[in-house]
Amino acid sequence: MLNRQRKLTKIALLLLALTPLALMIDAAIGQALGPDPAEALADQTGEWALRLLCACLAITPLRILTGKVEWLRYRRMLGLLAFFYACLHLGVYWVFILRLQWADFFYEFAQRPYIAAGMVALLLLVPLAITSTKKWQKKLGRQWPKLHRLVYLAAALALTHVWWQTRGDYTEALIYTLILLALGMIRYRRKSWFK
Amino acid sequence: MLIKRPSDIRSSEITSESHYLSRRKFMQAFAGAAAVAAGGSVLSSCADAQSPPLPRQAAALPGRSLDFVAAQPASSDNGFSTSEKLTPYEAVTSHNNFYEFGTDKRDPKRYAGELQTDPWSVAIEGEADNTGTFFLEDLLKNQPLEERIYRLRCVEAWSMVIPWVGFSLSSLIKRAQPNSSARYVVFETLYRPEQMRGQRSRFNTLDWPYVEGLTMAEAMHPLTMIATGLYGKSLPVQNGAPLRLVVPWKYGFKSIKSIVKIKFVKSRPSTSWNVSAPREYGFFANVNPTVDHPRWSQASERRLPTSLFDSKRIATLPFNGYAEQVANLYTGMDLKRYF
Repeated sequence: MLNRQRKLTKIALLLLALTPLALMIDAAIGQALGPDPAEALADQTGEWALRLLCACLAITPLRILTGKVEWLRYRRMLGLLAFFYACLHLGVYWVFILRLQWADFFYEFAQRPYIAAGMVALLLLVPLAITSTKKWQKKLGRQWPKLHRLVYLAAALALTHVWWQTRGDYTEALIYTLILLALGMIRYRRKSWFK
Repeated sequence: MLIKRPSDIRSSEITSESHYLSRRKFMQAFAGAAAVAAGGSVLSSCADAQSPPLPRQAAALPGRSLDFVAAQPASSDNGFSTSEKLTPYEAVTSHNNFYEFGTDKRDPKRYAGELQTDPWSVAIEGEADNTGTFFLEDLLKNQPLEERIYRLRCVEAWSMVIPWVGFSLSSLIKRAQPNSSARYVVFETLYRPEQMRGQRSRFNTLDWPYVEGLTMAEAMHPLTMIATGLYGKSLPVQNGAPLRLVVPWKYGFKSIKSIVKIKFVKSRPSTSWNVSAPREYGFFANVNPTVDHPRWSQASERRLPTSLFDSKRIATLPFNGYAEQVANLYTGMDLKRYF
């Protein structure tokens, strides 16, 4: 019974996390993305990647604060969803904005550091996505948590990606930064309590 | 002539760009024929083209109908018109950078309704004889309006083609009678945080009010325009109602919106984006494909509206294609240094 409930929760969470994508596809088909649809899609996929990364990183703090291990069951899915949206984000940029032009891609990568920061963040998530399965977890043993600490670096780079291209107003960048800092602090304080 | 807005507007009644264009072509042909029939000069043909009989559908676009001289075909080399395809009204009025209302492109339209633009007055100050604060109606009284079709190139590497309605800034400057000390003109946007939510943000990099400036020679150039309308109607708030600057050979951020102050000064003013990020935004900000912005390559641009499968990428031209008209303003100037 409990198992069934967990499964349903997971499915509900998955559907919820895929809703933004469904809305984007619907808007794209209905030509409701505005006069610059590629830009709109790139923005939205990027934002959801970052939001889901925050959600994934909130799991451990939630476990600490509530004392319930239950939360951990949703961590892998949230991480993979963040990775999925990050891939969509790059895909939209690569297909609809750069139009598959390698020359443009290298130029942008070299000229615009925020693009390099975002790319490296995504690359760091690749090994984490691959080794996210139970099988890999067992295989890597004590190395697994160490490897998966790369997610903090990826998050920091994702924030850099956001800050670097912000102009005009920093409110949004600041909100994401404060959320991630708060989540980091909860973990850190927990560690020092144990010392 | 006065065209009343119908009380109920069906979306099918809203003018399409093609309708608008064909209507304009008709009006131009009509004006030409009238001139020939009367054996009149070019001037009289302009007079005949005034108060164009806008189709009923055009009246269905939001805003007040304006009386103006329709743009002439782009045959002459004055730059006042272009044969390029117009960007649809919907795109022109829903994809805007107007940070006073927020940084998202959709924010200005979304929150435009919060701003009250009537009554409006403009302060004319500084090194001029005819200074003072003027009601908008007085400022525009006896000021004939004309249509100009300009390319608008945003520093973010997208562009539009917009049929503005307005007049050369020079005619307003002449009335202000600047004295010989006036070397620059400074413009200020309204500061009214209670109605412009972007101005309430604590983490904005721009200092309000938004300030822009031109050299006197740039301001007096016939292409430099004060727009009070687009697509034959008064300006929507998101496009800078009730009056804005349009400098078609410079990046869009120079074309300051919702102007409340025009000041003649002796030395180069500090302008908003230039102060915020001097490495990225120069005072001149002339469109220049050879000077890249740190965030965007300026070699090409996307002509909006784009689609997912066609990014409408076209080469960016020096001075946004107005080099013939304006390059002489910058003779001998190092355009890479003074970007």
